[in-house]
Parts: sequence; structure tokens; C-alpha cells
Amino acid sequence: MGILIGLLVPLGILVLIAVFVIGIYNTLVRLRNQVDNAWSQIDVQLKRRHDLIPNLVETAKGYMKHEQDTFTKITEARSRAMGAGNVADAAKAEGALTDALSKFMLVVENYPDLKANANFLSLQETLTSTENKISFARQGYNDQALFYNNKIQMFPSNVVAGMFSFTKRDFFEIENEAEREAPKVQF
Amino acid sequence: MWELIRVNKRNSVLLLGAMGTVLLILGFVLGMVFARGNPQAGWVGMFVAAIIWLVMMGVSLSAGDQILLASSKATPVTPDVHPMLFNVVEEMTIAANMPKMPKIYIINDPAPNAFATGRSPETASVAVTAGLLTKLNRDELQGVMAHEISHILHRDILFVTLAGVMLGSIVLISQVFLRGMFYSSLGSRRRYSSNREGGGQAQAIMMIVAILFAILAPIFAQLLYFALSRKREYLADAGAVRLTRYPEGLAGALEKIAGTDVNMESANKVTAPMYIANPFRGKKAMNLYSTHPPIKDRIRILRNMTHGAAFTDYEKSYEQVTKKKTVVPASALKPEEVAIRDASGESKSTQTARQQARQVGDLMRTVSQFAFVTCGCGLKMKIPPNYKHNKVQCPRCKKISDINASD
Repeated sequence: MGILIGLLVPLGILVLIAVFVIGIYNTLVRLRNQVDNAWSQIDVQLKRRHDLIPNLVETAKGYMKHEQDTFTKITEARSRAMGAGNVADAAKAEGALTDALSKFMLVVENYPDLKANANFLSLQETLTSTENKISFARQGYNDQALFYNNKIQMFPSNVVAGMFSFTKRDFFEIENEAEREAPKVQF
Repeated sequence: MWELIRVNKRNSVLLLGAMGTVLLILGFVLGMVFARGNPQAGWVGMFVAAIIWLVMMGVSLSAGDQILLASSKATPVTPDVHPMLFNVVEEMTIAANMPKMPKIYIINDPAPNAFATGRSPETASVAVTAGLLTKLNRDELQGVMAHEISHILHRDILFVTLAGVMLGSIVLISQVFLRGMFYSSLGSRRRYSSNREGGGQAQAIMMIVAILFAILAPIFAQLLYFALSRKREYLADAGAVRLTRYPEGLAGALEKIAGTDVNMESANKVTAPMYIANPFRGKKAMNLYSTHPPIKDRIRILRNMTHGAAFTDYEKSYEQVTKKKTVVPASALKPEEVAIRDASGESKSTQTARQQARQVGDLMRTVSQFAFVTCGCGLKMKIPPNYKHNKVQCPRCKKISDINASD
């Protein structure tokens, strides 16, 4: 009888610990997936912006004969962003694209004919929204990454994280000051 | 935000526990009274009360959101009806890292208002009135939708459903009892007086206790419910600012909502706590029965947030404006720096009330699948969906137009 209890008690404790560790492990995996998902959401929105540009340029071109320079900048930044080989180049090109687009939206104010075009108005709303979605996706990623990083560093989940090598995620930060200001699209 | 959700869940459980206790005691007391003081009937009464509550909860969890949306006359809409609304909701879904966009409904009502409903973030719906869509600019609409998404994130929608059902059960049971008492006492007064002297007295006392309890229980439950729902409005405001990084958007929207003195036709007392602002006007601004905090305070708190958009900034601003303590649970207040962004710059041109009314009408006709035909003379004709012919005659210039051509 005594031997049986002596065996069962440590066994019970071991099972409890195992259940506990499995629970934390699953939470960490779920959080990591959420961070990955939030990251991919940024790419989804950037791609949406790339798809939008040809249509936008096509609609606006006819009305804005004197703004060839702006259009070239937009198309160039877009093709550089799409063809970028590494993350740093892509981020730089996307930054340039954001700049070019916000300049374009400023210039639009001088073309009342264009602003009366229903097709353009709907494109303009889509563009505003896409710019917003890009910055909200970045914000959402940072929130999610912060929560995940906190979880990895705090006891007791840090022990499990160490055992299965969950690593911290970097925050999304915009390098140059100019782009930090950019998300406001003026109409 | 996750700490906030945890605290919210705990508070919900506490409140539901308290209301559940009231419900069960009510059942017990009434059961005893019906059986003339037999405690065993008290247990039966408690059992019956629990069954009533379970049935009502089953219905409201499986179809509560559909019932609510239908009774508010909300129509589900597709993105082409109002692209900006869909964009704004999607933006907030992304910012909140929600797994799925909520379903979107429009209510044909000129009073600006909005609510969210559903059991979980996956099954949530948001509804906005046509009046809201025509009165607000993009930033303001974003603020309102962020407030609703915050309700979804904080699990307030589930809480309101559960607490509403509990309150409903308590009100139902005590109403049935009180009315039953009223009618039966009219017909059977003589029976009581013919009882033995002592038993009659004990019964009379118990009867009074039961009546008192039946009157007080719903009031007590309502006070609990409303107190917590007021607090959740503040929390949803704080969440909205954190999502949008732009307090002025929601503040401007609330100001416009406060500025209208139209009651919502499709709202009632039970659904009132779900709306972003109280759908009924003209009553006293603030008392124990208010489902919402005073809208002026909410605006002042938002406008007072000049340093950042984190929960800590909202808490600080709340304390400065209301001179009260802690609206955000302490465990959710972690130091973080959240900068406020600039206005998006897009401002809606100032419209006259008449233009806005016309826009509301057009929006609702689009929702109910009207076709629009613009005649050569400039007149815009609205063709109802049950109009069977392909051609229509312009009432002004008598020209015949093709309906499908301009659709």
C-alpha cells in the first residue's frame, strides 16, 4: 500500500507538470501563428496597393497632363518594390511609393474635373483605405508581437519558451523620418 | 488589451453570478408562496426559474443576434452599397487582429447610431443607421466602428446577451407573479380570511415579503446591469482610441450623435445598452438607470487626450475630467507609448439637412434594391424592385428610358 502511494504521487505530479507544459506550449504556438498572420497581413495590403496603381494612373493620366513626373515616380517606385530582392530594399521602395502617392493626392486638388469623376472618386477611397490598411496592419503586427514577446519573457511561460526555442520577434519600425510622417494622405 | 479581456470576463462572471442568485431566490420565494409556505415547493420554484432561464439563454445564444437584427429592421448589405463603410470596418478588423470581418448591416433610420452583436469575434455583426453614414466623415465613422469592434474584442457583446437574458427572465417571472397576485387576490379574498387565524398571519407576512421581492428583484438586477454597461462604454471608447490612434474621430462622431434629437424608432429598452449612444433622447441626462455615461463627458475625456492614445492616457484623461478613479482595470494599464496620428485630412463638404435627408433615402433604396435611372432631363428616378417593366416614362419630360441600360 505504502509503495503504491509512493509511486502514484510522483507520477501524478509528473502528469500535472506535463499537462501544464503542454498547455503553455500550445498557447505559445497559437500566439506565434497570430504574429506570423499579422505579418503576412502587411504583405497582403502592400500587394493590394501594387494592384491598384495601374488602374489609378490610367484613370488620372488623361486629366493630369502636366504631372508626368509624378506618374513616373509612382510607377518606378511600384516596379522597384515589386522586384525588390530583399526586405530592406522592399521597405525602402515601399516608403518611396507612399511618398509619391501622398504627393499625387495633394496635386489632385488642382484638378476639379478629375475630382468630379465618379470612377476616380471610388479609386481615391480605395487608395485612402489601402494606405490606412497598410499602417493598421503594421500597428496590429506590433501589438501582436509585443504580446508574444511579453509572454516569452514572463514566468512561467519563459521556461517553456526556452525549452522549445521560441524566439522574440522584431517590431516593425520605419527607418527614415520622412516615412514616419507619410501615412497621412491629404485630399 | 488581453488583460482587459480577462478582467472583463471575470466581472461578467461575477455579475451573472449575482443576477443568477437573485433569479434563484426569486424562484424559491415565489414557489413557497404558491404552496402556502411549504419549503419543498420553494425548491420546485427555484427549479422552474432555472428552466425558464436556460430556455431563454438557449434561444438567445443560438439566434439572439438574428432576433436583435431583425427587430431593429437591419438589412445585410454588400460592399458596393457603401464602400467606405466596408473599408473602415476592414481597417479596424486588421488593426485589432481579428480573425474575421464582422457582418455589416444597415438600419433604415435617420437617427445616427450603431451597435454590435453576436457571441464571439468570429460570429459578430455590426449595424449602423443610414443617418450615421450620411452625417459622419471618414475619421468619425472610423471612430464609431472602432468603438463597436472594441465591444466585440472585449466580449461585451456576449456579456450583454447573457445579462440581458438574465434580466429578462427575472422581469418575466416577477411580472407573471405580480399580475397573477393581482387577479387572484380580486377573486379569492374571502378564502384567505376563512383560514385559521395564526396561519393566515404568517401567510400574509410571507405574501408581503414575496411581493416586495418581486418588485425589488428586477430593479436590483437592472441597476447592476446598467452600472456595468456604463463602464463598458468608457472602456470601448478607450479601445477605439487605441485602435485608431485618433481620439478626435470618435469625439466628433459623438458630438454629431449628441446633436440630433431624433429617437430611434426600432430601439427599445432592452436593446438600448447595445447602441454606441442611448437611442432615446429628451430624458434626464444621467441617473442610476442610464445605460450610457453622459455623452458630454465621453467627448470631454476624448478631447482631453492630447499626449497619447494608450489605455493609460485614457485613464489619466478620465480622472481629470470626471474627478473619479479607475475606469480601466489596473492590470490592463501597462506603460506603453502610443502616439496620436494626424487627421486624414478628408473632410466632408458641408451639406444642408435636405441633402443629407436625400442621401439617407437613396442609401436605403439601394439597400432595398431599388434601381436608379437618370433621365436625359436630369431627373433621377427611383424604380422599386417590384416594378416589372423594362421601360419607364419620365414624369417631367415624358421621355421613355430603358431601366437596365443605366443600371
